[in-house]
Amino acid sequence: MKKQTPYFYARETVFYAALIALAVFMLLPFYWMIITSLKPNEDIFRDPIQWLPNRITFEHYVSAFTLVPFGRYFFNSTIMAVMGVISNLILGSMAGYAFARLRFAGKNWLFQLKLSSLLIPGIVTMIPTFIILRSFPLAGGNNLLGQGGYGLLNSYWAVVLPGAAGAFAVFFMRQFFRTLPDDLMDAARVDGASEWTIFWRIYLPLCKPALATLGIFTFQGGWNVFLWAIIVFNDPNMATVQMGLQAFTFNKQTDYGPLMAANVVVSLPVILIFIFAQRYFVQSIAFSGSK
Amino acid sequence: MQTSPVNSRRSRLLRHESTMAYWLISPAMTLFLIFTIVPTIFAFFLSFSNYDILTPIKWIGLQNYERLLTDTLFARGVRNVAFYALLYVPIIIGSSVMIALALNRKRPGMVIFRTLFYLPSVTSSIAAATVWTWMLQKDYGLVNQGLAIVGIHGPSWLASSDYAMYAIVIVTVWQGLGGNIIVYLAGLQGIPAYLYEAAGLDGASPLQQFWYITVPGLRTTTFFVLFMSLIGAFQLFDQAYAMTQGGPGYATTTAVYQIYSNGFNQLRMGYAAAQAFVLAVAILVVSLINNRLNKDADLGT
Repeated sequence: MKKQTPYFYARETVFYAALIALAVFMLLPFYWMIITSLKPNEDIFRDPIQWLPNRITFEHYVSAFTLVPFGRYFFNSTIMAVMGVISNLILGSMAGYAFARLRFAGKNWLFQLKLSSLLIPGIVTMIPTFIILRSFPLAGGNNLLGQGGYGLLNSYWAVVLPGAAGAFAVFFMRQFFRTLPDDLMDAARVDGASEWTIFWRIYLPLCKPALATLGIFTFQGGWNVFLWAIIVFNDPNMATVQMGLQAFTFNKQTDYGPLMAANVVVSLPVILIFIFAQRYFVQSIAFSGSK
Repeated sequence: MQTSPVNSRRSRLLRHESTMAYWLISPAMTLFLIFTIVPTIFAFFLSFSNYDILTPIKWIGLQNYERLLTDTLFARGVRNVAFYALLYVPIIIGSSVMIALALNRKRPGMVIFRTLFYLPSVTSSIAAATVWTWMLQKDYGLVNQGLAIVGIHGPSWLASSDYAMYAIVIVTVWQGLGGNIIVYLAGLQGIPAYLYEAAGLDGASPLQQFWYITVPGLRTTTFFVLFMSLIGAFQLFDQAYAMTQGGPGYATTTAVYQIYSNGFNQLRMGYAAAQAFVLAVAILVVSLINNRLNKDADLGT
């Protein structure tokens, strides 16, 4: 092995020092969020800053859930994110399978059409979708013509339905189904398996890694949704965790202790999923970059 | 047409297959029809109307678009977004390339750094905006306290119309880096190693290798990142809403912010639809240019 020169060591030290400095920049906000949430109020507003709390307290976590109905928001966000994951996994793999493996008239045309929705910015469909949800027939006090009530606004459906089978889910699953071998299908047909059995029992179980990736990706998106939620929910009982974070500011006065405690609680689910399922995250990002 | 037994079995199978296919795609396609196709067409008509939900829709021709030309607030939103994009896009591309190059070196610990750098991208835009609002608080915030140590008196970031947009740039760069680093790392993996080996044998310096192998090799990736970050920048909203409410004054109002407040605060839905269409056309133009450049780049390599 080559003997390393002092120049080599100097260069490597600078290299790691730069990466560490960058890591500090990336992690400092997390540290500050957690430390603030654990400090008593008098230590939060102190000059000079305290890097470590004198005394650790969980009072802000208690107030996050009592000042504001944060438990309710947490429940709402969980329900909607989970519903979004289930519907995207099922509907996305159904459509993705058909587009990848079955022959039918209009297949390419329909797939291109579905893909085109990735090009239509959400901002264009935002207002009409709101009106459509509001005038959904026979929902939320509406009559058959969609008049008289609030339709699907202020219900979980308002967030879940428009995104229940996203173009990304269909596209992603189609790409995965295309990588699977054909002979499984031929063999199953010879054995007389029904088309549904071939999809549900044979091909879908092979998709577990893709389903995990898509599920995580969808959960993260659903958990973090904001603009659409503030549009369709004006009932405080329906607010999401992201909307709930706004509730700690009254008249430009912000309660930073409980706010940071709530922020820890909001960020924790996705961070935990990220830590335990990191490779799926990396796959979905790399996939979206390579398509 | 002749029908042999084999052919009729084939056609029965095809019929089965296509019936199944239509069943499988129908939920996704129905939702797509109701929540994408119909709204897109609806938005187009809405943009020629006056609609406030409460009173019946009224057609007003091109009035919304005429009004848009003299709407100083919308112009302000577009200008702010352009200013933001001019800062955000080069910073995000430059730094994620550099960081990806660093992490792509065969050195211990690179996977850990990659994980740490990605962490901010996992959190929501609102959570990030909230933490940074606190970090940028003028008296007790970490940033100004840190600046004070080196003798700089930090500005009141979010309350100053000069600094508020920079604050939003900081937050979105912090959050956007991780994803783009991973995209660039994937791009670097796609450059065949033998190119570097051959260049090394030919005596090309690391700088030459970077310029003649890495830069062209990352062209497609860069177009993708450029395109995605431009589109994201055009649609800036969450951070502006959560950190500054578009202020102070209108210093951080954005195009989407204007559409949101026209459509849902002031119930001028027709007008907001027209604004949304203008923004969508801008996005479409960017994607067409990007597509075109991407094709040219493919032909060039």
